[in-house]
Amino acid sequence: MSTANVPVRMQVNGRSLDLEIPPQHTLLDVLRDTVRLTGTKECCSEGECGACTVLVNGQAVCSCLVLGVEMDGQQITTIEGLASEGRLDPLQEAFVSTGAVQCGFCIPGMIMAARALLSAKPKPTRAEVQEALVGNLCRCGGYSRILDAVLLVADSHR
Amino acid sequence: MRPFTYLRPTSLDQMMTALADPDASAALLAGGTDLIVRLRRGHVRPAMVVDTKSVRDLNGDIIAIDGGLRFGARVTMTALVEDARVRDRFEALVEAASVVGSVQIRNRATLAGNVCNASPAADTVPALLVYGARVNVVGPAGARVVRLAEFFTGPGRTVLTRGELVASIDLPFPTTAAGASFGRVTRRRGVDLATINLCGLITSDGEARFAFGAVGPTPFLRIDRTGALAAGATDAVARDAALRTMCGAARPITDVRGSREYRAAMLAVMTGRAWKVAESRLRGRMGTRPA
Repeated sequence: MSTANVPVRMQVNGRSLDLEIPPQHTLLDVLRDTVRLTGTKECCSEGECGACTVLVNGQAVCSCLVLGVEMDGQQITTIEGLASEGRLDPLQEAFVSTGAVQCGFCIPGMIMAARALLSAKPKPTRAEVQEALVGNLCRCGGYSRILDAVLLVADSHR
Repeated sequence: MRPFTYLRPTSLDQMMTALADPDASAALLAGGTDLIVRLRRGHVRPAMVVDTKSVRDLNGDIIAIDGGLRFGARVTMTALVEDARVRDRFEALVEAASVVGSVQIRNRATLAGNVCNASPAADTVPALLVYGARVNVVGPAGARVVRLAEFFTGPGRTVLTRGELVASIDLPFPTTAAGASFGRVTRRRGVDLATINLCGLITSDGEARFAFGAVGPTPFLRIDRTGALAAGATDAVARDAALRTMCGAARPITDVRGSREYRAAMLAVMTGRAWKVAESRLRGRMGTRPA
């Protein structure tokens, strides 16, 4: 029985890509090793930490828990896709200005999870932000400034 | 991850043929939030992974059926939680689905997958049990309907035979006014498996149904028709005895999430709380004052 690569057409950060993907490669593997977008981080590899969070059709998902071959016809947004025309996303600006970034490893996942929340709900409460980030761990313990950063953007919408 | 063949059939027949092939050792992929972890750990080593996403009959729709709702095989936790009809009629199922994993997990994880994994700790199962869920199974020998209470045969094991799969899950609307409540104990608030979980439902004709998870090899359902647990029941001694009987069938074990003793003690506490919440919700619906 063949375990041949599977042709997949997916859109990554607005760019259409035709790829040949081994079935056992996760979306995370594909993004980092095939597409060479290494902003998305690998950490726990079992959906506990959220470091690999990307958007699939606007929804936050753990890219380590999705096979690349499942992504045929889907639209994926990674941390590299947030800035446009040389300007950072307001969330990225807020993470910088509030000092929410310490070692930085969890931050791409944090920002993508927060982006999904704010796109669906521009003015979330503090509790809603906490719930949206419940699947993202920060080993530096930077949670309060991360919350501040997301709420800063939320408040700018009020 | 070990290599495997990926198959994405477009019809139910193709899918059942693939699943029934004794040489294929096929694994079914819906949301993937459990399967991909097990593939990576090598706990399952299928030659073939069969994806449900292109089969039209295995859809992500919640549709109205006579006297209830039908959840297609690909309905995610997020879709379930956001559905107004589900929120209106199956409050405890919404509570349960809302605490599965994290936002990222709920966006992928499916209700049918949570059931088919047959984890003793599956959060949605106690709620599905008290609402009387029926599982619509399709397979090479035809379709059959299995009551969820008879679906599980052990940890990770179900009545499904080779080639069979779950096409959808039906939930009947309660036939009388009802109040329900889901509860669980976890070590941390997000992204944790339940140390124990449970669901209680009380109907206006005095019936109480409780289902418990993570305290036995399979989640299980208990029904009390004595009236001791009815809304407004004033005999606290009889009520507590009935609640003890309800959770007395639990056979918890000691593991990384809690000891047998802790689980049994918390089960008693949480059963009492679930009754109180379900009872007050039912009274709210019946428009009566507290007893």
